[in-house]
Amino acid sequence: MIKTISNLGSYVLDGIEQIGRTFNLLLIILWKILQPPYQIFPIIKQVYFIGARSMTVIIISGVTIGMVLGLQFYNTLERFGSVGVLGSAVALSIIRELGPVMTALMVVGRAGSAICAELGIMRITEQVDALECMAISPDKYLVAPKLVGGVISVPLLNFVFNVVAIGGGYFVGVVLFGVSEGSYVNGMIDSVLWSDVRLGLVKSIIFGLLITLICCAKGFYLHLSKYGSQGAEGVSRATTDAVVISSVSVLFCDFIIGALMS
Amino acid sequence: MSANAIEIRDLVVDYGSRRILTNISFDIRQGEIMVIMGGSGAGKSTLLRCLLGLKKPTSGHIHMLGTDICHASQAELYKLREKMGVAFQRGALFTSMSVAENIQLPLREHTDLDESTIQIMTRIKLDMVNMLPYEHLMPSELSGGMAKRAALARAIIMDPKLLFFDEPSAGLDPITSAELDELILLLKKSMRMTIVVVTHELESVFAIADRIAILGEGKLIQVGTPEEIRNSSNETIINLLNRTPRENNVDRDTHLERLTKDTQ
Repeated sequence: MIKTISNLGSYVLDGIEQIGRTFNLLLIILWKILQPPYQIFPIIKQVYFIGARSMTVIIISGVTIGMVLGLQFYNTLERFGSVGVLGSAVALSIIRELGPVMTALMVVGRAGSAICAELGIMRITEQVDALECMAISPDKYLVAPKLVGGVISVPLLNFVFNVVAIGGGYFVGVVLFGVSEGSYVNGMIDSVLWSDVRLGLVKSIIFGLLITLICCAKGFYLHLSKYGSQGAEGVSRATTDAVVISSVSVLFCDFIIGALMS
Repeated sequence: MSANAIEIRDLVVDYGSRRILTNISFDIRQGEIMVIMGGSGAGKSTLLRCLLGLKKPTSGHIHMLGTDICHASQAELYKLREKMGVAFQRGALFTSMSVAENIQLPLREHTDLDESTIQIMTRIKLDMVNMLPYEHLMPSELSGGMAKRAALARAIIMDPKLLFFDEPSAGLDPITSAELDELILLLKKSMRMTIVVVTHELESVFAIADRIAILGEGKLIQVGTPEEIRNSSNETIINLLNRTPRENNVDRDTHLERLTKDTQ
């Protein structure tokens, strides 16, 4: 019994320590990115890695989700004789909720895990120590470009996701089921407000920051975690943790932001 | 300026409740090769991490080129590190960069030198470590000895006053090991660096050391010239030099208790 309570206490303390460390890293990065020399080229490289190289997965998942939404909404709306609002239903669901969330989850799976593993391996092979010894701040040199790259890339990917998903819904609704093109497009234009677009944008910026911060912190502070001395297995477990925690955080924050901004 | 490049005073290091280093005090003189030696678990690597400012000691002081690194700010530490070079045991080369890019990194981050000067300086250092033909290779394409030499070239690219070398001979064949020893001696002679080498390879130690500091179970046993160390009457040092296996001084009951602990 005492051992169980002790283990529980240890998990809670470990969790609090990790949250504190992660926010401390964020503050350090925010302070350091304001100071020259500015990491312009590394940031562009990260936008390419996190953003451009995620395009395929974002387009495929966007089209698929748009088509599924189009199909499900069509079947439901048809029962009530309201297929005319199909465009509005698809567009609002995607712009307000599914776009930012699905984009963030796809980026976590494709780029977040890679970021965590890269930093974790650099930590256990003394590459981070080598940077320190060369008087090069590893948080600024390694973490800051990834964080800024994530904040820039995720909203851009979100726009791409929204466009292709609405296109997928259009294909199912208009091309396959013969819903009027005018009602799909005009319904969408009439119902989507600037506040909906703003909500999606705010969400995607926050998700971009959140997932890159969690994945970076998990890899960068691998040596301080309980997996720190486990070598390759430690990297693998930290990467799994990073993906799980990032994904859950995205879903949780989605609700909080939605509740605050609705 | 003091004749000592590094002064270590009453250094104590704990990892949690475990004491790793106890009251270590010695000096490293300017321009000498100091070898820090000891068996596995003696605290060599911890002492090196303290000297590099990567581990804060529990108590004590380390004055390096006039700066107390135990109480220095990060800015002061970074300023000092620009005068230091470190060659890590496994090289710690950045795997996403070629050998040449690895070596150029400190120059690109800390100087405003033009591209052609950076290229020439890189080739001079690569030539010093006999790695000139391999500048375009990636670290994954290098052998153990080549990676160590490339790491050494990166460590000396800023012409540091202090060079730290962690286990230069570990995992290398005797010929490559001897070549690295010669290289360390050449660096001392040509660049007048103070060099700190952490190793337990006896042949290397006596080939390169001006003085040797011997650690045992977290304590400093002796500091002296190779001759003084060879003639030492200390049992630990004699055992270390004669490669005598450590005796297991645990009595039978304790040994049995260790084996059966936490079992039903």
